[in-house]
Amino acid sequence: MPHVVAACSSCRAFTGGLAEFDVEADTVRRMIQALDRRYPGLGEHIDRRMAIAIDGEIFQDADGAPLTAASEVYLIPRIGGG
Amino acid sequence: MTDVLERLGSQAALKVVGTRPIRPDGADKVTGRATYGADFALPGMLVGKIKRSPHAHARIVSIDTRKARALPGVKAVITSADFPDLASEEYEAGESASNLRDLSLNCMARDKALYDGHAVAAVAATSASIADEALDLIQVTYEVLPHVIDVEAAMGPNAPLLDEALFTEGLEARPERPSNIAKRNQLARGDPDAGFAAADVILEGRYTTAAVHQGYIEPHACVAAFAPDGQCQVWSSSQGQFMVRSCCAKVLGLESSDIRVTPAEIGGGFGGKTTVYLEPLALALSRQSGAPVKMVMTREEVFRATGPTSGAVIEVKLGARADGTLVAADVVLKYQAGAFAGSPVGAGSMTALACYDIPNFRITGYDVLTNSPKVAAYRAPGAPIAAFGVESAVDELAIKLGLDPIALREKNAVRDGMKAAYGPTFRDIGYVETLDAIRDHPHYRAPLGPNQGRGVAVGFWFNVGGESTAAVHVNEDGSAVVVTGNPDIGGSRASMAMMAAEVLGLPIEKVRPIVADTAAIGFSMLTGGSRTTFATGMAVTQAAQKIVADLKRRAASLWDVSEDVVDWLDGVAVCLDPSKTAKPLTLAALAAQSARTGGPISAEVSITAQGAGPGFGAHICDVEVDPETGHVTVLRYTAAQDVGKAIHPAYVEGQIQGGAAQGIGWALNEEYLFDGAGKMENAGFLDYRVPVASDLPMIEPIMIEVANPRHPFGAKGVGEVPIVPPLAAVANAVRRAIDVRMTDLPLSPPKIRAAIDAR
Repeated sequence: MPHVVAACSSCRAFTGGLAEFDVEADTVRRMIQALDRRYPGLGEHIDRRMAIAIDGEIFQDADGAPLTAASEVYLIPRIGGG
Repeated sequence: MTDVLERLGSQAALKVVGTRPIRPDGADKVTGRATYGADFALPGMLVGKIKRSPHAHARIVSIDTRKARALPGVKAVITSADFPDLASEEYEAGESASNLRDLSLNCMARDKALYDGHAVAAVAATSASIADEALDLIQVTYEVLPHVIDVEAAMGPNAPLLDEALFTEGLEARPERPSNIAKRNQLARGDPDAGFAAADVILEGRYTTAAVHQGYIEPHACVAAFAPDGQCQVWSSSQGQFMVRSCCAKVLGLESSDIRVTPAEIGGGFGGKTTVYLEPLALALSRQSGAPVKMVMTREEVFRATGPTSGAVIEVKLGARADGTLVAADVVLKYQAGAFAGSPVGAGSMTALACYDIPNFRITGYDVLTNSPKVAAYRAPGAPIAAFGVESAVDELAIKLGLDPIALREKNAVRDGMKAAYGPTFRDIGYVETLDAIRDHPHYRAPLGPNQGRGVAVGFWFNVGGESTAAVHVNEDGSAVVVTGNPDIGGSRASMAMMAAEVLGLPIEKVRPIVADTAAIGFSMLTGGSRTTFATGMAVTQAAQKIVADLKRRAASLWDVSEDVVDWLDGVAVCLDPSKTAKPLTLAALAAQSARTGGPISAEVSITAQGAGPGFGAHICDVEVDPETGHVTVLRYTAAQDVGKAIHPAYVEGQIQGGAAQGIGWALNEEYLFDGAGKMENAGFLDYRVPVASDLPMIEPIMIEVANPRHPFGAKGVGEVPIVPPLAAVANAVRRAIDVRMTDLPLSPPKIRAAIDAR
């Protein structure tokens, strides 16, 4: 199942300090929903504050992006710019 | 290879992309026809002006506007009472979530003025002089409070609090007391303590930077008209008309659908025009007066009341083996946020070590409220500050170990397949190629004279994608219009037209790029984060591809053949079926027959672009230091950058040169100076010194093209990276010129002279 890493400390406030977890999900939206069920509030935090890197590629607002059992997912702060 | 390039054969087959056509906005700009924010006018328009706090921190006891309202010619006077008192909640308007209450309070102070220049009231009058007189007649009673601007002083337990309800986020447990530290974030890998224990060399440094402004030449300006039926129009200079629409709707409690925003030509933004200051006020004044209202900031207002970027403290500890292999790092970043939370310390943390493959590190960032203008994005927000510290420390490590600074960086460089310090695995990056380019450049081997030094530094920026919409319309003569929703700050119109021309097979002169208002095109995120050529360019390319597919269908219909045997080559539909004697059809010929083949030829595409390729740069800077005055002259500057694919190379070179020039100013001259009362002392370009052409040598750009396979032409964002290395490149050159490590920006003559005297 996809392996999720919370690279930044802000997510760990919801997970009791845990930085890595395996989540049964085949899309980003289902992964966020599963994480929110496990750690209440984390889903909204991800929606508002985080971008998601899947196997090295950064996604923002990509609910439908597919995940595989081998996917490595990083939760990283959203990136803006000038 | 991308789908577009696969169809075209290869990069070598490109006819428009990669060339240097004349910019479509050039003639209007050099002849003065371009309409900037301050150029727009409506009949019966009033002049809007803002009364600003003279105090860095003060409770607003009362505001008496009666005398101002009674002045003949005054048509409206507004204070915070004219805006809804919004709850603290996040909203999406710019590039990421912002706090709605903070946005509103930054536009108009409610209970407290939080910085010198904070808006406390505004007027609209029939002339500028009457508006000025009215501002003087507004009586504000303040209770002046202690203020704090220095970032470390603001973090102290006894610092004056800007927000008594602010408790630091990101700690293991909720703190018992409020603080100016809005947030603490941390990134870590491996075991930093064990890494340092295994190091042969440990080096520690503390670096500081001053708040600096983006320094765009055009001040903020807008015209707003609030009609009796509630429909509003805004014409303004910004980096995103949809951002302006959303922010105005939120701050005023209006529906976005009731606001139409037309983007004016923009005279520079660099991130500083990714939020609103004037537009909600102009709308409120227009609503009250019933007339259109124009507001234009003075330069002093731009400095005192719009976002600079953070002043900061950067602490860097590096551990390395004797051969230069980095084994551990500990970086602490303390960034001023200004009056409201939201410094770019998160991006600073993520970029600080992004160029390096280090097994053990810890990066801790602090977002700190201070009594200064709320910071706004500035080109690669947060990254130049972090890079100044890290790149200075890496340079010092090279000196300590007797290693070549490029070789040291190459030894520890991230490469494809390695994990970035912020988590994801790098793919298709061109970092080592930039190091190779500067190492092999004649500049790196050129002899230096007395009091001269050469510095090297590198930098990284993520680049982003996001939501974009583009439309392509074919005119009846076979020319095309490309419509997007992104203001053109750095040449995006040219790039959009070129990508469309390439796909359509048209000469660039036949494609006209337009930036449309919010009612004329679907949503696009603002122009920023080096996203437009990448993301909106992707939408343009897809729209042009839809047009080509439609043209092939129409040609097939006219020839009565299957679409499978129709190809589109160099702007002409050709029939591949040898049994047919179909004469090739040009775009003009197909456009002329469009009524018979399905109507107007048009396509619109809306996407959320993913797959932005990260960018890297490596710079060399030569300086000469005058030992008598401490003045630094930049003698020579070379900047290599991985640009993916340069759509319009002249614009890309301009981005590299412009970023380097701004970084040099940050390094040598620019800083916010405050007096003891927290009032800015140098709010003008005479005293806030940005580099001008005579201060700089020709900056030589080197474009490295490691294509981004997720973009149809291989493009990567290019606007942010070039401002990341210069702060340290200049400081490292000065270090080698005077044999003293300068750690406090800007490197002004008095500081350098003092350092020379203390040698």
